[in-house]
Amino acid sequence: MRPFVYEQPTDISAAVAIASRFTTEDDQPTRANAQFIAGGTNLADYMKLGVAEPNRLVDLNRLKDPGLRQIRVTDEGIRFGALVRMGEAADHAELKRGYPVIADSLRLAASGQIRNMASLAGNVLQRTRCEYFRETSWHCNKRVPGSGCAAMEGFNRQHAVLGGSDACIATYHGDFAQALIALDAVVRAEGSRGARKIPLAKLHRQPRDTPEIETDLAADEIITAIEVPAVPWARRSLYLKIRDRESYAFALASAAVALDLDGDNVREARIALGGVATVPWRAKAAEEALQGKTLDEPSAGAAADAAFAGAEPRQHNAFKIELGKRTLVRALLETRDMKV
Amino acid sequence: MDTAAPRPKENQGQPLPRVDARLKVTGQAHYPADLPTANIAYGALATSSIAKGKVAKLHLDDARAVPGLLDIVTYGDMDTVEKPKFANSGSTSIGPLHDRTIFHDGQIIALAVAETFEAAEEAAQLIRAEYDAETPTASFDSPGTATIPAAGKSPLFKEDVKAGDFDAAYKEAAVKIDARYSTPTQHHNPIELFSTTAFWEGDQLIVHEPSQNVTGWKVELARQLKIDPAKVRIVSPFIGGAFGSKGPMTPRTAIVAVAARRLGRPVRCVTSRMQAFGTQTYRAETRHRIRIGAGKDGRITAFAHEGWEVTSRPDSYVVGGTSATGRMYGYGSVLTHVSLVQADRNTPGYMRSPPETPYVYALENAMDEMAVALGMDPVEFRRINEPKTEPIGKKPFSSRSLIQCYDQAAEAFGWAKRDPKVGAMRDGDWLVGMGCATAIYPTAVAPCAARVRLTVDGDVRLQCGSHEIGTGVRTVAGQMASERLGVSIDRISVEMGDSSLPPAPVSGGSISTASVCSAVLKACDAIRAKLYAGATAEGGPLAGSHNEELDLADGKIVAKGGASAKVEDVLKTMQVGAIEEYAEFAPKGATPEALKKLYAGMPEFHGGEQDEDSVKYAFGAEFVEVRINRYTREIRVPRIVGAFAAGRIMNTRTARSQLMGGMIWGIGQALHEATEVDSRYARYVNRDLQDYLVPVNADINDLQVILVPEVDHAVNPAGVKGLGELGNVGTAAAVASAVYHATGKRIRDLPIRIEQLLV
Repeated sequence: MRPFVYEQPTDISAAVAIASRFTTEDDQPTRANAQFIAGGTNLADYMKLGVAEPNRLVDLNRLKDPGLRQIRVTDEGIRFGALVRMGEAADHAELKRGYPVIADSLRLAASGQIRNMASLAGNVLQRTRCEYFRETSWHCNKRVPGSGCAAMEGFNRQHAVLGGSDACIATYHGDFAQALIALDAVVRAEGSRGARKIPLAKLHRQPRDTPEIETDLAADEIITAIEVPAVPWARRSLYLKIRDRESYAFALASAAVALDLDGDNVREARIALGGVATVPWRAKAAEEALQGKTLDEPSAGAAADAAFAGAEPRQHNAFKIELGKRTLVRALLETRDMKV
Repeated sequence: MDTAAPRPKENQGQPLPRVDARLKVTGQAHYPADLPTANIAYGALATSSIAKGKVAKLHLDDARAVPGLLDIVTYGDMDTVEKPKFANSGSTSIGPLHDRTIFHDGQIIALAVAETFEAAEEAAQLIRAEYDAETPTASFDSPGTATIPAAGKSPLFKEDVKAGDFDAAYKEAAVKIDARYSTPTQHHNPIELFSTTAFWEGDQLIVHEPSQNVTGWKVELARQLKIDPAKVRIVSPFIGGAFGSKGPMTPRTAIVAVAARRLGRPVRCVTSRMQAFGTQTYRAETRHRIRIGAGKDGRITAFAHEGWEVTSRPDSYVVGGTSATGRMYGYGSVLTHVSLVQADRNTPGYMRSPPETPYVYALENAMDEMAVALGMDPVEFRRINEPKTEPIGKKPFSSRSLIQCYDQAAEAFGWAKRDPKVGAMRDGDWLVGMGCATAIYPTAVAPCAARVRLTVDGDVRLQCGSHEIGTGVRTVAGQMASERLGVSIDRISVEMGDSSLPPAPVSGGSISTASVCSAVLKACDAIRAKLYAGATAEGGPLAGSHNEELDLADGKIVAKGGASAKVEDVLKTMQVGAIEEYAEFAPKGATPEALKKLYAGMPEFHGGEQDEDSVKYAFGAEFVEVRINRYTREIRVPRIVGAFAAGRIMNTRTARSQLMGGMIWGIGQALHEATEVDSRYARYVNRDLQDYLVPVNADINDLQVILVPEVDHAVNPAGVKGLGELGNVGTAAAVASAVYHATGKRIRDLPIRIEQLLV
């Protein structure tokens, strides 16, 4: 592990100022000399492995603004402070009742210990766990741009079938972001160029030919809050996560589903997929396929086919297309059958 | 008494809590890397990123520039010491710093030593190698493998067993199967990381390292360093999981010892989780072809088991599980053959039930297929083929309670409620399947020494150079002394894990309880004899009594008639403050060299298939229920029941715990565990616990262990059959059978994963 400077600012503007001083406009947040740290469950791990190499850490845990640590549920929706821990949100009674897809996605993520450390904003920004990215002796375009991708023809069972490119097929492994994207959440960010709102759907970047660019954020921008609007489909929602073991494993496939039903007829459907894509993946084609239809096994199956129409399999991950479809079908039917 | 502490049945000892339980749960148990050492320097390994070729050049300047760097041990620095040997005490013959040749991924290329752990790690990461790389051979299907017969390549695997005329019998069989199975690469991944701490006191070398074989390591390390074994001490008081991985010493130990000698101060090197995949041993992948032929009545007339095992280029590591599978049932004829397949990989090594885990998995999955082919209940099929003698040498079993195990486990499991039709059992969206399999493990025993001292204050000190790898051997050894000397367990201190203690064999092959307890029994009986002599001597408190009328209980010698004398008083009459006995136990059939070899770290194993009079095995039967979602096909295991018979059970608590741990591991082997090898580079991909999956609490639900009473005086004086490696044998086959029952899909390649059930 390399030496680094450690700073603990107490307000957001000071944190931005430090980051601004030690980064440039072109720096990617994950590659900049100065990087923010909250729970540290991702960054500290990658620093030890030599994957992340900031020489200055700006710790956000001393920031004083109380809103950063609050969950507010109102008629308009939810506002999560960025520093709320995953475990705290997973256990929130109003979320479980009114936004089950969010509570589920948090409860099924990581382990109890990690959930108690990891912040919500940090969770959304978590980096891929691609085996070839994590270990510096492999070629990886995301870690070292232009160096090649060892996963493409390697052991790629965990890798993405949606949103990949010739440069990178690393999966986005998070769960929470799928629930957020299904509910049209936005993040609030503050940086040296001011404050702004970013739809969660626009936060993450697909790899294309620049897999080292992971998000839309500037290196000196801090996510301060995540906002979820109150929508009619929030209450009838769930997150289904399929994995190799019952707990503490990444999704092989997951589905965040939210439905507004009239009987068994779909007024509105919101669908996001995890474990199968390079970014939190909104399945708009599947949503449209269901609009106005009776939700049953055939219509769910048609929606699942639409969701994976553009999927591109590799040697070891082809099963994710079939599994992803079945996961979505099961999630849709289970959501339909929820008692709300 | 509760679930964790089963009420003892016939020939079963009390469920005493572990003597070191409190130390372990309060963090006071010191594992080797925890042992305090003054003025310590830290070492970190640099390892190769290719699997085959030569190190053309090492760039050390960046590493040397790291503040706090003290030394780098690399090529040339080990030239004055001997290369490692591949044997019981040595994991490989590859001397990584003796030779610039790279034999496998993750091979040690240097050790960086620094004032802090962080500086050492940083320096190790900055060591850059230039390679003359060659295309490596990864595994079975890669170009460039060499396949050789295994028989005779290892002293543990002398021959391919056979009996009768398989070809003729198989040809004539009314019902037959011919199927291929495979098991993946697996790494032990004990939670305690591998480490070496070495320091020199004058010409005396002390090594703190988790070890299952302190005596063997002492001798082997002395050989490598060209010093007198009496000058080497290996200390390993607690081991945080081993499973065979800490049995053979790896090349790292001598490298760290050399670093400590060069620096003149202690050096501690803890390898990372990732580095352990290449610098330690592992269970190599195996392949199997099994043919079974039977009459319509279900009697097996022909059995053939062919096995293929991956090993490294320089070392022929063999497991050869056909010795056990060839003797499992009353086959009419047997044909076996084991081959080694050499590839550019590190040398594999012992991993819990090394031969039985892969070979019995294949056999038992095949047995279930055969039962299906016969249209027969799988339990009934095994009952029909229960042998009177083993089919190879026609020897009797010293004891065999397999059918009792099946009966008791089947009843507890509710096997009778199973609808034999495939796919017939459902619970909502979940397909329900039930399966079973046999567990078997050879019962061996080895020479062992122990020293026991009983003092006038009623305290007992027991010393034996065995190893507490989590099995509870410290507790059961103390329990044996407690029973024989009539002293409460809390007055007994048990010292283990130090090569300066009386030597014990390697803690492998499930021999420890039998070997250690037999030595402790012998020492205690010698103490009893002296006490009796003192008590019954003329003028003694029990003068006139005969030894056979006496027993020891609650600090007293008790005569049959009711008379008794306090041990304390007897010792006073004898005018001694303590009786100390050093006992050397050698099993029946031991050679005249047996004890000498024990001190030389090369213990003879006896039992299993080798004895003249009988073959010796412990048996069990495991029943598993699986649930598989009809859409997404994930497999869950709500219930597992295992019944096991293993002779005298010293302690029902620690025995249950061992078997439970084995069954859990078996579930992991069935559904989770696999080291993935990148076939292009012969490199391990999932080198951490993020991607190397083992079961978590949520995967293990209702688990029941039944200890079936069994008496066997032939195995060893303690009457104990080892059971540490019994519980995880057969489990994966039981899971595979249950998956078949639920889905109609016969999965023959482990682990069983969602993708195999989607198609």
